[in-house]
Formats: sequence, C-alpha cells, structure tokens
Amino acid sequence: MIVASSVLQDHDFISVLYIVSFAMFIYGLSGLTGPRTAVRGNRIAAAGMALAVTATLLKPEIGNWPLIILGVAIGTAIGVPAARQVKMTAMPQMVALFNGVGGGAVALIAWVEFRETDGFAGVATYVVIFSVFAAIVGSISFWGSNIAFAKLQALLPGKPIAIGSVRIQAVINCGLLLIAVGCGVAITAGETDGIWMIALLVSAALLGTFVVLPIGGADMPVVISLLNALTGLSAAATGIALDNTALIVAGMLVGASGTILTRLMAQAMNRSIPSIVAGGFGGEVAVASGADTDRGPVRATSAADAAIQMAYARLVVIVPGYGMAVAQAQHAVRELAKSLESRGVEVRYAIHPVAGRMPGHMNVLLAEADVPYEQLKEMDDINPEFARTDVALVIGANDVTNPDARTKPDSPIYGMPVLDVEQAASVIVLKRSMSSGFAGIDNPLFYNPKTSMLFGDAKQSVSDVSEELKSL
Amino acid sequence: MIVFAASTLVTNLAILVLAGFVGYAVISKVPNTLHTPLMSGTNAIHGIVLLGGLLVIGEAAGVLNKTLLVIAIAFGTINVIGGFLVTDRMLEMFKGRRAKDGDE
Repeated sequence: MIVASSVLQDHDFISVLYIVSFAMFIYGLSGLTGPRTAVRGNRIAAAGMALAVTATLLKPEIGNWPLIILGVAIGTAIGVPAARQVKMTAMPQMVALFNGVGGGAVALIAWVEFRETDGFAGVATYVVIFSVFAAIVGSISFWGSNIAFAKLQALLPGKPIAIGSVRIQAVINCGLLLIAVGCGVAITAGETDGIWMIALLVSAALLGTFVVLPIGGADMPVVISLLNALTGLSAAATGIALDNTALIVAGMLVGASGTILTRLMAQAMNRSIPSIVAGGFGGEVAVASGADTDRGPVRATSAADAAIQMAYARLVVIVPGYGMAVAQAQHAVRELAKSLESRGVEVRYAIHPVAGRMPGHMNVLLAEADVPYEQLKEMDDINPEFARTDVALVIGANDVTNPDARTKPDSPIYGMPVLDVEQAASVIVLKRSMSSGFAGIDNPLFYNPKTSMLFGDAKQSVSDVSEELKSL
Repeated sequence: MIVFAASTLVTNLAILVLAGFVGYAVISKVPNTLHTPLMSGTNAIHGIVLLGGLLVIGEAAGVLNKTLLVIAIAFGTINVIGGFLVTDRMLEMFKGRRAKDGDE
C-alpha cells in the first residue's frame, strides 16, 4: 500500500500524467475543425482536464482538503446551473463571465503566492517576473471581462462610455499601465511590502475597466477574443511560476486561439487592434456625417407585402445581425425559411464574421434553430450571389450591410468588408425603429429606393410574415 | 541550485514556445462556423489555473490567504465545468444537423 501510494505520488509519474492530459487538450481542440468531430473533441479535452486535476491532487504537497472540497463545491454549484440554463442568445456574456473568473483566479493565486513567501523573499527572479505578469494580466482580464459582461447583459449601456476625450483616456490608461508595471518592477527588485502588490492589482483592475468601458457593442467580438487570449497567457505565466507543464501548454493553446480570433475579427472590421482598444469608435466622425443628410424618404412596408414579395422570389438571402439575437428570433426565422422552401424558394443565410457580439455568434443561434449547415454562407461566398438574389431579408443587421463602407472614404467604417445587400433586386429590412445602430452611423441602405422597412420587434415581424405567407 | 532553476526555466520556456506554435497550427484550421464553440472550449481549458489554486492551498496559512484561494478554486471550477458543459450543449446542436459539407 505504501509502495503503491509512493509510486502514485512520484514526481515523474505525475509529470507523465500532465503530458497525457495536455496531449488530450491538443487532440481535443483539433477535433473542433469540423462539426461532426467537435463534440468528441470537446469531451476529450474535458477528460484531459479531469486527468490534470486528478494528477495534481495526487501530489504529496496537496493539503487543506476541506477547503479544496469547499471551493470545488461552490464552483460546481454556480457553474453547472449557469451552463445548463443559459440561452444561446446570451452566449457572449456567458463566455465573458467564464473568461473573467479564470483571470480572477490567476490574479488571486499570484497574490497569495506573494503573501505566502513574504513578498517573494528568496524566490527565483524569473518566478517573480512571471508571477507579477500573471497578476497584472489576470487582474486586467477579470475586470475587463466583468465590464464586457455587464455591457452585454445590458447592466451597463452598450454604447461607448467616454471618460473625457479619446486622448485623455489614452493618457490615463498609459499611466495606469506604467503604475502596474512599475509596481511589478519594484516587487521584482526586492520590495516585499504588501502595498506594492495591492497597488499593482488595483491599477491593473482600473486599466481593465477603463479599456473596456469606452468600447462599443459592435467591437465586442474583438474585445472578448482579446480578453480570452490574455487570460490564456496569464495562465501560461502561472504555469512557469509554478513549474507546471499542463498549465503552460493549456495556457498557450488558449493564448494562440484568442490571438487568432482577435486578428480575424479585427480584419473583418478593417480596424487595427490598437485603435479598437483606444476606443471611442467613430464618435466625432459620426456627428459630421450626420450633418449632410440628404437621404430621401424611407419606405415602410407591411408584413403582407413582404410575404408576397418573398413568396414569388426564386432566391431569398437572409442577413442576420445582433438584432436577431436580441429579439431571440432565430426559431421564427427558421420557420419562415421552411415555409418559403415549401413554396420552392431557395433560401440562404449570409453570415458576416462580426455579425453579433462574439466570433461565430450567428452560427450558434442558427444551429440552435436547426438551420442546415450548407445554407449558411460566409461573406466571400455569398457576395457574388446577391446579384441574382430577388429579396435580401436583413434581420437586425446594420453596420455589416452599410454600403458607405465601400463608397464613402470619410465614413468611420470605410474599408470594412460588408455584405453587398443592395445588389439584390429588392431589400427588406427588419428593424425596431429608424434609430441608427452602434455609434450612430447612418446607413444609406435604408434610404435606397429598392429598400423597404418593416418596423417592429424582429421576432414578431418574422412571425407575422410567416402567417401572411400561409394565408397566400 | 541556481543552475537547476535556470534549466527548469529554459525547459519550460521551450514548452511554452512550442505549445504556442502547436496551438496556432491547430486552431487556424477551425472554420468560422465553429468560432463560438472554439472560444468557449478554450475558455474552459484556461480554467486549468484551478491546478494553481490546488497546489498553493496546501501550504497556505492565515484566514485571508485561505479565503482568497477558496475563491480562486471556486472561480477555476466555474470556468472549467461551466465552460465544458456549455460548449458541449452548443456542439450537440451543430452535430444534430445534416452536416454534408460540414468538415470543410
């Protein structure tokens, strides 16, 4: 018995378990390259995680079992119901929240390490450097994610919240970063007073808050990806500080994934990551472009007219946006598409990479509503199709359809790749009211003579059109 | 002792760099359609900081330290369990459909 337990607690044995577990993470993630292998991939990664936790618990230095059980019990009691009950439309805020608690854990662990060692006294310098890095990034990620959550959950307004002008904000943020890094340097140089660590955590917390507060809802896909990458990197840094290979590999995998997504999202908006982080998107420019409005009349339509138009179309392209998520209209949209198809109308969905509030947001919602995979078309595939489209049905999407992005160099979104909706023979836009979208950028699509507007709640409007379609 | 510490660091840095490249290679192949599950799945994976909490709490002394670590472990657990469960729910929806050209 004693022999068996000493084998289990052997350092090399546990290291091997870690190797197996991170191999499972990598293998599991590679399953995410296709929908058929993805479920299994995710479960393999989860099994790898269970193995990593088990291996850690075998270590001889593990103690304070009642506290471990308490922490895990609290986490399970909160995490399981949250994951089970969350609606697919609320997925971006859920991801932000889970991301935040991960960052929070990193920061707390670094703080306790500091306290346990009397201010990193006698700890190798590189351990101190990585711990300090983990503390700063973890704290930024925790508070930044919480603000993102509050914005997405509509606890805070989704529009940019400015603290002074963009330039003042940049100065404040740089100052906060300097303070945090300065405290970190002081701690590395041998300061052991607890106040240094607290100042570091607080300034990083303020930085995370101030960076995310001025960012508008449409930039959320970039911000969430970036925060995800940061939490991953801070976990990897913790892994180096604690000499734990499973943490290093897992953290870097997340760091890589977050970085890729951040770049893809920023490219899809034709904006640089620094300019998004600097915030205040289009604030001044939008006002200027509002001045020259000579747009002509907006044409409103009824559900009955919309139904007739679509019933006699050959190809209808549905363009979903964040408005579809807010109205939870995905099931109604699927019903409408079904009845159109039963009349022999071809239906496609045009998915802009940044439609919604996180990468792939629209795909998840439409998957929930059982939309066939092959009907979902990415921007580059669907744009040539608009020329032969009879009706483009825009549901709660705005900026991703704005033709100004192609034609008007002084527009704040000029250069952003958009869906060529106005190439279609006619366009029906479902919108709650004429209020312009994020940051008040006007959309000339709405004033196009081809366009008719169907005002109202997206879910209600779509159901109304479906009803009308049945009675035709 | 210093030599030993330095070589541990170098080994770990090598693992860090290689893991970064492996992650980049694997994740570049994930299609746009699956970006949300990718994000919530990798989210669950960084909940692995839970291990850090488990390792540190063994030697923790004092009420504040212990409280902070219990919170850290709870956070890590929320992150891991919640992240994997929610990803699983999402992916089941993707799997349920006719995925004819799904592996593209």
